[in-house]
Amino acid sequence: MTTMAQATEDVSYLEAISQALDEEMARDERVFVMGEDVGTYGGAFKITEGFLQKYGEWRVLDTPLSESGIVGAAIGAAMMGLRPVVEMQFADFISCAFDQITEVAAKNHYRWGAAVPMVIRAPFGGGVHGGPFHSECPEGWFFHSPGLKLVAPSTPYDAKGLLKAAIRDPNPVIYFEHKFLYRRIKSALPTEDFVVPIGKADIKRAGNNISVITYGAMVHLALEAAQTLAQEGIDLEVVDLRTLMPLDKETIFASVRKTSKAILLHEDNKTGGIGAEVAALLAEDCFDCLDGPIVRIAPPDTPVPFSTPLEEFFLPKPSDIIAAARKLAAY
Amino acid sequence: MDVSVIAKEIKRDDLLHMYYYLKLTRALEDRITALYRQGRIVGGVYTSHGMEAIAVGYASALERDDIIAPFHRDMGAFLIRGFTTGEILAQYLGKRTGPTKGKDGNVHMGDLKRGVFGFVSHLADNMPVAAGAALAFKIREEPRVVFAGTGDGGTSRGDFHEAMNFAAVRKLPVVFFCNNNQYAYSTPLRLQMAIPNVVDRAKAYAMPGEIVDGNDVAAVHLAAKRAIAGARAGVGPTFLEFKTMRMHGHSEHDPATYVPREVLEEWKKKDPIVKAERLLKELGYGDNASFQEVTARAKSEVEAGVEFAEQSPLPEGPEVLEGVFADKADSH
Ligand SMILES: Cc1ncc(C[n+]2csc(CCOP(=O)(O)OP(=O)(O)O)c2C)c(N)n1
Repeated sequence: MTTMAQATEDVSYLEAISQALDEEMARDERVFVMGEDVGTYGGAFKITEGFLQKYGEWRVLDTPLSESGIVGAAIGAAMMGLRPVVEMQFADFISCAFDQITEVAAKNHYRWGAAVPMVIRAPFGGGVHGGPFHSECPEGWFFHSPGLKLVAPSTPYDAKGLLKAAIRDPNPVIYFEHKFLYRRIKSALPTEDFVVPIGKADIKRAGNNISVITYGAMVHLALEAAQTLAQEGIDLEVVDLRTLMPLDKETIFASVRKTSKAILLHEDNKTGGIGAEVAALLAEDCFDCLDGPIVRIAPPDTPVPFSTPLEEFFLPKPSDIIAAARKLAAY
Repeated sequence: MDVSVIAKEIKRDDLLHMYYYLKLTRALEDRITALYRQGRIVGGVYTSHGMEAIAVGYASALERDDIIAPFHRDMGAFLIRGFTTGEILAQYLGKRTGPTKGKDGNVHMGDLKRGVFGFVSHLADNMPVAAGAALAFKIREEPRVVFAGTGDGGTSRGDFHEAMNFAAVRKLPVVFFCNNNQYAYSTPLRLQMAIPNVVDRAKAYAMPGEIVDGNDVAAVHLAAKRAIAGARAGVGPTFLEFKTMRMHGHSEHDPATYVPREVLEEWKKKDPIVKAERLLKELGYGDNASFQEVTARAKSEVEAGVEFAEQSPLPEGPEVLEGVFADKADSH
């Protein structure tokens, strides 16, 4: 995937995020991070480990336990010319800051022309037995609020490039980083500076029969399913949205026009999720080229459960994709 | 305390400047109320009638580079920061020439270039934002201060407390104030909090606080100056409780029958404009003739604004699509 000449040793998804943040802080002294335990402790997941020593307590701010206050403060600092990056300890706690994000950050530019260049990093997603308050996928809450950009990388390359793009963007960006991928996904990265543009989806696997449109940890599930299905002659195309808002409709439509069939896969609850929106867009714009029903694969409409068998039942599995693809191929 | 002795700390020109803005605020808001009664205003009208001394007193105590995060009854702050009567009336009429180009109404306006944060309906939402602006000043070691307020009702919100706590912990150059006008819509203070004074809320954050007569523009100005000087010197945040009374309803559609008439009669005697005139006379800075001259000047500025606003174009429907995202960030 990376076309650049020089590559590093394999870098984890977590390390890629940390590198992006470190490089942006070194590049631009306006960039600073704030959040609970990001200083001495280095963050709950150690993304900012060593940052306090390197950048000092006024660029790596340990905050009170106060999500709304933190996000509000980031908004004020952003409007005054700084480039705050807020760490939500877990994406779930973003609900405490919902009001600041949707009412203040999202609307300021529209209402009175004040840009709010800030990033909220939100470690999200399940598969880690976090239970109902440490595994949520809250992107749907914000997908519906104009004025916010939402990104959700699935690889170290995208994680690094999208965080850099988010920090350089003049708008509020929520950066959904998947906890399950932190230490499980590794790849080599270019040594030179690069960004992954916000608003561009990526074809993670080209294929001719069925488009699987997905993002985050589910990309890897789709790729796994594609390998199995390839042996049966079913050729999946895996579209990684990468940016959820604004959606890259062109890439989505081009893929479905090519394959004529679509599976929408995500880890957020099914009802009112991003898959529902993509399904509606396909029905509006690609109806003529569809050769089968639009299929959605997503968890049931329940909170994320704790116990292993419950969480396994809850989360989509490669077998779900394989079953759906077989049915759709035969349609 | 002999008020004129304290007021002597304020320069004559500054007092006269404040008096002009008291008058201009009253004239503008009275005109907006009249337009509202004629059905010419788009949306609601929330005035500072009887409370004008607060915004005029604090806004005139700040330097140009300081930031104001106003409360929804702070018309005087917009005027002192250079929002023209024409722009403000255009905002109330939903015209394209208003500060939000018709995207928002009444005092829901702001302008970073003039250092005024746009008001957010969700009361107290701007308190953490104000703390964040102060954080930027602290990080960059700039001698700038933020002045941010809400009403007695707004101080019950979590965001108010989150902002107070964060600002206190990090000793940020911000002055928080509460406009205690005794009511939040129809809810009296005793049903809002179990403490008698809002300033007591600051104790939980080890933040110095002060109760100030909110109807006395000189007292507001001097208290604001003290708090601002402390913030600028790196001492940290202060909390000011301005005691006052809302003399109109919550908004112009509300007759406020829940407020006892005798209470309003008592507060009418403490009208901030009457108070300011008494002070100016006492100091020998003005007389009835000069007051009338100021009234006339304020009225003509308001009328010029009405004309500008009425002649301004309405936005075109498709303009609704503009501005959701920023193409570039401004730097302040
Ligand atoms: C979070 C929130 N809840 C409810 C409202 C509706 N509301 C608007 S003004 C108001 C009363 C405000 O009282 P106070 O803060 O004391 O200010 P005042 O209007 O009395 O000057 C209410 C309940 C609101 N704007 N924001």
